[in-house]
Amino acid sequence: MAEVVIGAGETGPGAAIRTHTINFGPQHPAAHGVLRMVLEMDGEVVERADPHIGLLHRGTEKLIEYKTYMQAVPYFDRLDYVSPMCQEHAFALAVEKLLGITPPPRAQYIRVLFAEISRILNHLLNITTFGLDIGAITPVFWGFEERERLMEFHEAASGARLHANYFRPGGVAKDLPPGLTDRIMSWTESFVCFVDDLETLLNENRIWKQRSVDIGVMPLEEALAWGWSGPCLRASGAAWDLRKAQPYDVYAEMDFDIPVGRNGDCYDRYLVRVAEMRESVKIIRQCIERMPDGPVKTQDHKITPPSRAEMKTSMEALIHHFKLYTEGYHVPAGETYTVVEAPKGEFGVYLIADGTNRPYRCKIRAPGFAHLQAMDRLAKGHMLADTVAIIGSLDIVFGEIDR
Amino acid sequence: MDTFLATPLGHVLFVVAAIFAITVPVLLGVAYLTYFERKVLASIQLRQGPNVVGPFGLLQPIADAVKLLMKETVIPSGANRGLFLFAPMLTFSLALIAWAVIPFGPGLVLADINVGILYLFAISSLGVYGIIIAGWASNSKYAFLGALRSAAQMVSYEVSIGFVIITILLCVGSLNLSRIVEAQTNLWFVVPLFPMFVVFFISALAETNRAPFDLPEGESEIVAGFFVEYSSMAFAMFFLGEYANMILMSAMTTILFLGGWLPPANIAPLTWIPGPVWFALKIALCLFVFVWVRATFPRYRYDQLMRLGWKVFLPLSLVWVVLTAGVLKLLGWLPTGS
Repeated sequence: MAEVVIGAGETGPGAAIRTHTINFGPQHPAAHGVLRMVLEMDGEVVERADPHIGLLHRGTEKLIEYKTYMQAVPYFDRLDYVSPMCQEHAFALAVEKLLGITPPPRAQYIRVLFAEISRILNHLLNITTFGLDIGAITPVFWGFEERERLMEFHEAASGARLHANYFRPGGVAKDLPPGLTDRIMSWTESFVCFVDDLETLLNENRIWKQRSVDIGVMPLEEALAWGWSGPCLRASGAAWDLRKAQPYDVYAEMDFDIPVGRNGDCYDRYLVRVAEMRESVKIIRQCIERMPDGPVKTQDHKITPPSRAEMKTSMEALIHHFKLYTEGYHVPAGETYTVVEAPKGEFGVYLIADGTNRPYRCKIRAPGFAHLQAMDRLAKGHMLADTVAIIGSLDIVFGEIDR
Repeated sequence: MDTFLATPLGHVLFVVAAIFAITVPVLLGVAYLTYFERKVLASIQLRQGPNVVGPFGLLQPIADAVKLLMKETVIPSGANRGLFLFAPMLTFSLALIAWAVIPFGPGLVLADINVGILYLFAISSLGVYGIIIAGWASNSKYAFLGALRSAAQMVSYEVSIGFVIITILLCVGSLNLSRIVEAQTNLWFVVPLFPMFVVFFISALAETNRAPFDLPEGESEIVAGFFVEYSSMAFAMFFLGEYANMILMSAMTTILFLGGWLPPANIAPLTWIPGPVWFALKIALCLFVFVWVRATFPRYRYDQLMRLGWKVFLPLSLVWVVLTAGVLKLLGWLPTGS
């Protein structure tokens, strides 16, 4: 119980006043998972913020080294568990690069479609829980209503609500069920109204602005130096988006804008994410309009499984199936660093293949880690309540930070 | 009967009965206020709210109370046991004894004392002790921060509430709550003193630690603030105290600005409805606004809250006191007597 402790034997003016330490988390309602942060406080003002990592460490990278390439995919769902498909995307692209294959066009469109759905899922969660951290309790319920609809699309496509295991090297696991694109299309119309409602509730709300404007300001140069990416970097003013800078799959054909902030504070990070949701809706519509027919995975059955029907008649297909699900496929020796614009920022997979059926090394670059490390820089001099707002605006998910 | 009531025993029995007649409805009101709040919040947030226990979930508050009664009262090993248990009792009893002076209708008041408003003010100021004691006795940093915040907040907003009350007193010329209501027979004070009404209502939100001023609890910052260490009935007493205070502040708003038990207009169908019903309806309206505000606004930060209290509300209410006094004096409308 050391609030403000007067130094030993000293009292009165001029006495050394020590700061007191607060253990923020890992069971704190605003810690977004298992963040443990040791805060040195002077009253309510944060003098030093020391984020601790590792409470959710599961050894993902090492586990992947002992799995075949196909078995490694589900681990990516479990990194940032609010945007699973975007991370599968990075791994799928990395393996495809090493294999030297390109998935068929329909698969690419489906992937971009679901990557953007994941982005909206992620931003909805972040914006609304950021609101909750600041004390606005209503957005989170509105947002989860919309998330529920998106989860149903997830489920319709992949069979799972959260851990999709849908993007595979060589394409996607299976084709979309009939009618799903129409449902997604009609959802995009209602969703725009939802975003309008959300913005009405928060954007010009005085308390909301007082709590987020000029809180946790990150200037552009420092943001780059800290290794920031994604919406956090764009809020600081850099129009850097990997979907534009080095387009993958069919992003090059999509027409969308990159929202950029001015001040790099919590409010700008919020605005950038809202604007990104609107851009994602544009991309989703374009994907559905332009989506061609055709196969959804590469037809080289040494890499993707043959259809069940084919297996009933073709011996070769049966052998392919057996080999794929026992040994997996061998990836030629080589290495690649492949990145995607995940909802939280630059998500990268550094994959070294040694010619066997398992990766030699799989290093994962999680955007949240770079954001979290700037916590001390952002929180210093702010009050305890602002620290909560800053954590909320950084979009921290411990699944990817601890891996 | 009258002779029996005149005896000391009869008088005591009458007062005890009157106390029960007030506290039982208040406690029931508190229980169903939680239900009301959850239902209103649910409809604002596009969900159902309690709907499983009993028809329309109407038995939910009872189920909650039973659940809390059955739980273990955990006392942290580092806590000061006596004070730790004393704090919720203090909060709870203070929230109830304030009702002694509230007039529910013409003549319907337990203690018709002539300093009723001062009594209310004193009781609501004492409420901060429950919170400070709880925060200190818990021996937890989060609880202590919550208690400090709460003390600062309640003290700041009481000053503005004081000035609002002075404005009302200038217009009425009495500290008696029944007289205050009767003075509004022709015109409710909410009309001429509208800015004061706004200041009072916002201060009431702060005084009861409700959103957007719920910093002492600050779910997302200091977890649950001063009652983070409390469980079972000790927690329930804080909870009941907080909600009883909400109803009390709504009752004060009603008495000071919304004409207490008086109907909105002195015409036939409205005057048929008894005064206590009007009183309850007006309280319910205020409580709805309490809940509505909670659903809509984010939480203030500690320093912003203090700035609002001292730099906006205090000067504003002070100016209005001077203004009202000046106008009343110039026009010769100052109330005389008593």
